[in-house]
Amino acid sequence: MMVAGETTTAWQKFYVRFYQAFIEGNRWQQYLNGVGTTLLVTALALLLGIILGVIVAVVRTAHDQQRPGHRNPVLGLLNGIMKVYVTVIRGTPMMVQLLIMGFVIFASSRNYVMVGALTLGINSGAYTAEIIRGGLMSVDIGQMEAGRSLGLNYTDTMRFIIVPQAIKAILPALGNEFIVLLKDTSLISVIGGKELLYAARGVVSRTYEAMYPYIGTAIVYLVLVMGFTWLLGIFERRLRASDRR
Amino acid sequence: MIDVKNLTKEFGSLKVLNNVSEHINQGECVVIIGPSGSGKSTFLRCLNLLETPTSGEIIFDGVSMTDPNTDINKMRQKMGMVFQHFNLFPNMTILKNITLAPVRTKLMTREQAAAEAMNLLKRVGLADKADAYPAQLSGGQKQRIAIVRALCMKPEVLLFDEPTSALDPEMVGEVLDVMKALAADGMTMVVVTHEMGFAREVANRVLFLDEGVIVEQGDPHNLFYHPQSERLKSFLAKVL
Repeated sequence: MMVAGETTTAWQKFYVRFYQAFIEGNRWQQYLNGVGTTLLVTALALLLGIILGVIVAVVRTAHDQQRPGHRNPVLGLLNGIMKVYVTVIRGTPMMVQLLIMGFVIFASSRNYVMVGALTLGINSGAYTAEIIRGGLMSVDIGQMEAGRSLGLNYTDTMRFIIVPQAIKAILPALGNEFIVLLKDTSLISVIGGKELLYAARGVVSRTYEAMYPYIGTAIVYLVLVMGFTWLLGIFERRLRASDRR
Repeated sequence: MIDVKNLTKEFGSLKVLNNVSEHINQGECVVIIGPSGSGKSTFLRCLNLLETPTSGEIIFDGVSMTDPNTDINKMRQKMGMVFQHFNLFPNMTILKNITLAPVRTKLMTREQAAAEAMNLLKRVGLADKADAYPAQLSGGQKQRIAIVRALCMKPEVLLFDEPTSALDPEMVGEVLDVMKALAADGMTMVVVTHEMGFAREVANRVLFLDEGVIVEQGDPHNLFYHPQSERLKSFLAKVL
C-alpha cells in the first residue's frame, strides 16, 4: 500500500497508522476481547472485594464495640488476622502483589485472568473493608445506644438500624473504589492476563507504533470510567431523593 | 426495684461516679439534678449498662445487671430509655421505629405491636404521624415518639436522659406533659433534667449529684426550699 519514495501527507500517515493499530488483521477484535476481560476481571474482583470487605469490616467493628470485660477471644484472634491482612495489602504495591501471586504462589497456573481477578479482589477487599468500617462508624453512636436500650441484640441493631444508614455514607467511596479497580485491571497484563492493555501491547510489538494503540486504550478506559461515573451519579441521586421525602 | 450498690465509674483517670449507693422503688419518680459534669447522665446510663461500671453492682428485679452471665438484652427490654437527642431511627417510619423492638424481641406479633403503637400514639396525640419519617417531625414530636417507642416494650421503668435539653423552649411543655401523665399513671421513672419546675411538681424524690456523689436528697419541697449543703444552696441560687 505504500510505495517507496512517495511522499505521504499527514492524513495518509494517520490513516495508515490507524489502520495498522486497529483494523489490519481484525485487531479491533483483540481490543474488544481485552475490554471484555477487563470488565470480567473488574466484576469478579469487585465481588470478591466486597465480600472480603464486609467480612473484615464486620469482624473489626464487632471487635471494637465489645463491652469492656466481655471480650470474646475468638473475635480477638480473627480481628488480629484481619488487621494483618489489611496492613500487608495496603502496605505493598499492587504490582508486587500481582507478581508474587502470578509467579510465586500460582506459578504453575495458566489461568492468568483468574489469578489476576483473585489478586485484585484480595487487594480491593482491604480498601473496601476500611470504607465499610468508616461508614459503619460514621453512624451516630446514639443509634446503636437507642437500639440496644430497647433490648435488641447487637446483630439486629446492626442489621435494621446501623447498616441501612451506613450504606448511604459508603456508596460514594465504594463507587470511587470501583473506578480505581477498573483501571487497576490494566496491571494484570504483567502476569499475562489478556485484558485491554495486553492487547494494545501485542499490537505495539508487532507494528512498532506505540501512539495509536496506547492512546486508543486510554480513550477506551476514559469512556468506560465516564460511563460508570454517570451511572453511579444516577444511583446516588436516587438514594438521596428517598432521603428528603 | 433498682438497687445500686457502691457504683463507681471511671473514664481513664477521671472518677465520674464515686461509690454511689441508691435504691429506686416501684412507682417512684426520681429526678436527678446537678451541675454539668456531675455524673448525672453517667449514673443513668450505668443503670441499663450503656456504660459499664468500673466497680459496684446494679440489681434490677433481683437480677444483677453487672453479672457477666446475665442476659443484658432481656433485662434492657424491661428498662426503657429516652435520650436527649431522641435517637429515632431516620431510615424507618414512625410506626416501624416503635414496632421494631417488640417484634424482633418476640414480645408481640407484628399486628399486636402495630395496634399497641397506634394506641400509644393516640395517647400522645400523634396518631396521624404513624407513616411519617422522623425528619418530618419537630423536636417535641420526635421526643414524644421516642417516649412511645420506649413504652411499647411495656417496660417496668423508664430512664430519661435530659429529655427536654435539646428542644426549643416552646416544645418543652408538650414533652413534660407526657412525662407528667406517665408519672400520674404510676410508671417508675428516673429522670435527669434541668427542668426544676418538673422536679418540684412531679418528683417523689430529688437527688442532687455533684462530683460523682449524691450530696443531698429528699422530697422536692424540702430540697428546693430548705437545702442543707452549701453546694446545693449555691447550685439552686444559680438555676432558680
